Amino acid sequence: MPGVDGFMYPNEMELQWSVLIVLYPFITGLVAGAFILASLERVFNVEAVKPTYRLALLTALAFMLVAPLPLQLHLGHPLRSYEMLLTPSPTSAMAMFGYVYLWYLMVVLVVEIWLDYRKDLVLARRQATGLTRAMYGVLTLGSDNISPASLRIDDRVGRIVTIIGIPSAFLLHGYVGFIFGSVKANPWWSTPLMPIVFLFSAIVSGIAMVMLLYIVLTKLRRAPLDMRCVDTMARYLFYAFLVDFSLEMLDLVHRIYEADESFRTLDFMLKTRLFMPHVVIQIILGTLVPLTALALTQVVRLSAKVRTSLYVGAGLLTLVGIFAMRWNVVIGGQLFSKSFLGYTTYKLEFVHHEGLLPAILVMLLPFAILGVLIKVLPPWPTETRQVEQERAPAAHV
Amino acid sequence: MTTTRRDFLIAGGRLLVMTAATQAALPHVLAGTPERVDTYTAAEHWWAMLIDIQKCIGCGTCVKACKDENGVLNEPYYFRTWVERYHVKATDAEHPIVDSPNGGYDGFPEAYADGEGKTFFVPKLCNHCTDSPCTQVCPVGATFTTADGVVLVDKDYCVGCRYCVQACPYGCRYIDPRTHTADKCTLCYHRITKGLLPACVEVCPTGSRQLADLKNPNDPIHEFLRTHPIQVLKPQMATGSKIYYHALDGSVR
Repeated sequence: MPGVDGFMYPNEMELQWSVLIVLYPFITGLVAGAFILASLERVFNVEAVKPTYRLALLTALAFMLVAPLPLQLHLGHPLRSYEMLLTPSPTSAMAMFGYVYLWYLMVVLVVEIWLDYRKDLVLARRQATGLTRAMYGVLTLGSDNISPASLRIDDRVGRIVTIIGIPSAFLLHGYVGFIFGSVKANPWWSTPLMPIVFLFSAIVSGIAMVMLLYIVLTKLRRAPLDMRCVDTMARYLFYAFLVDFSLEMLDLVHRIYEADESFRTLDFMLKTRLFMPHVVIQIILGTLVPLTALALTQVVRLSAKVRTSLYVGAGLLTLVGIFAMRWNVVIGGQLFSKSFLGYTTYKLEFVHHEGLLPAILVMLLPFAILGVLIKVLPPWPTETRQVEQERAPAAHV
Repeated sequence: MTTTRRDFLIAGGRLLVMTAATQAALPHVLAGTPERVDTYTAAEHWWAMLIDIQKCIGCGTCVKACKDENGVLNEPYYFRTWVERYHVKATDAEHPIVDSPNGGYDGFPEAYADGEGKTFFVPKLCNHCTDSPCTQVCPVGATFTTADGVVLVDKDYCVGCRYCVQACPYGCRYIDPRTHTADKCTLCYHRITKGLLPACVEVCPTGSRQLADLKNPNDPIHEFLRTHPIQVLKPQMATGSKIYYHALDGSVR
């Protein structure tokens, strides 16, 4: 069979998990990472990242809404997926997905966003007319008390939700790592480090994504960049990335040193079929280059403009690197035979229900949702209010 | 609060109706009720298979019979059972040369001359593991182990997530492109529950494959297991495989 070297078990020729399953950990990683960034401000009172608090929450929500889509598209029987919720198998890691997902979406993310936006929603409703007014009316859920006492309660509850949210975000993505890490049949996946590596790479990708969105959206709005905020995010990105890279290298070194029965096979795979996506794209281009760029901004005194350019470049490469990491785990884990005697090839089609086209659409969808969310729930109310306040006295004069 | 007779009757009535509804609904929501045969009591059996490597001649009759009996897609890369040919050089047991053209369906073309090393055939099928990883990972319980130790897939329940295919260390599962659900060897469950042999066992010309009932004290399997060297595939996976191989070479994986 073309694309196959050596011996594969006959049933192994077809790859089971496609590019859509690559998107699944990538997207949930962005959710968890963006949320953890938002929590920094809320729970740990990191004032510097405050301008991105709401943007991070909305980013998490936009990606969260799309997270089950690639899974759904991939199923042989998408209409049966509700069975996972109704009759879940208690021994299956995958059966937990619906619960973890719903918990995180409905109990953490939506509640936190609602509490944080409640005052704005009420105010927006008061100013709006017609359909917009009705929409904001629905979004307030009929709760229009914005007295200081009531807002204090919002804040206190919001804080508790965030505190619950942090372990939930860890659970969400650590769990995705567990789905792979617990497959003992596959030595490329089976490691207890998998959930932790997934978690840190999630934090890395989430910070990078929110940082990029903040820079791009601020430029689009022609507003001044809060450099203290961007610098702080970049610093966190750098630290998280260092931990993530150390963990991944620990995994690699451990495999090389132990050199168990699967080593020759995986080693050969890494030097041939996975060389480009793993060594070149993930490790060099997607990790070492952005880490160097970020390190540079930590050590050398650079102008705001240069720093911003470096952050944008590093952020983009980071996202490429983390995507490559997901790719190498999911696809890489299926390129070798469980007999350790052969290799197959992944053929990515374009127009196919699991092809590149749906993958691109799934990846674009969260940005469209984020656009709508930003329109309905502007993440920068303080700034507009400031502008209004500045304008108001001028009008009097 | 006091409970009146009226309240009690209403609550009792509700409970009764709801319990009855649950009772009626239960068979429809429970995954994996295997085919029921009146003359067969699953709990009295514990199925396994014995494969004698020394007897297998690689004719592929079992592969054909399996595909015919079970309506397995007659194309390469969909096999409930298949046969592998191993060629091992004396000094290099770690690097066997393995092939399985069309799963051994058409037998094997002559490939190795005498004296080059040892060549032997390894028939494979679902290991019907006691602690099967595929059953463990199935998110909806569509894959299940019967009371008589056979791992089956409920096609009406399987969502086609392919997690089980990933979890099987032996490569025994595939997704049937006709049903988009997981498929694998059933040990011919429709036959063994009627006292017949699995198709592959039935047709094997050398008796290399033998069905065994571990719960039957008179089954010759017990004597065989006691007196012969036996191995299962990938014992390090600790899956409790019930396909026992006699004279399995250490190079087989």
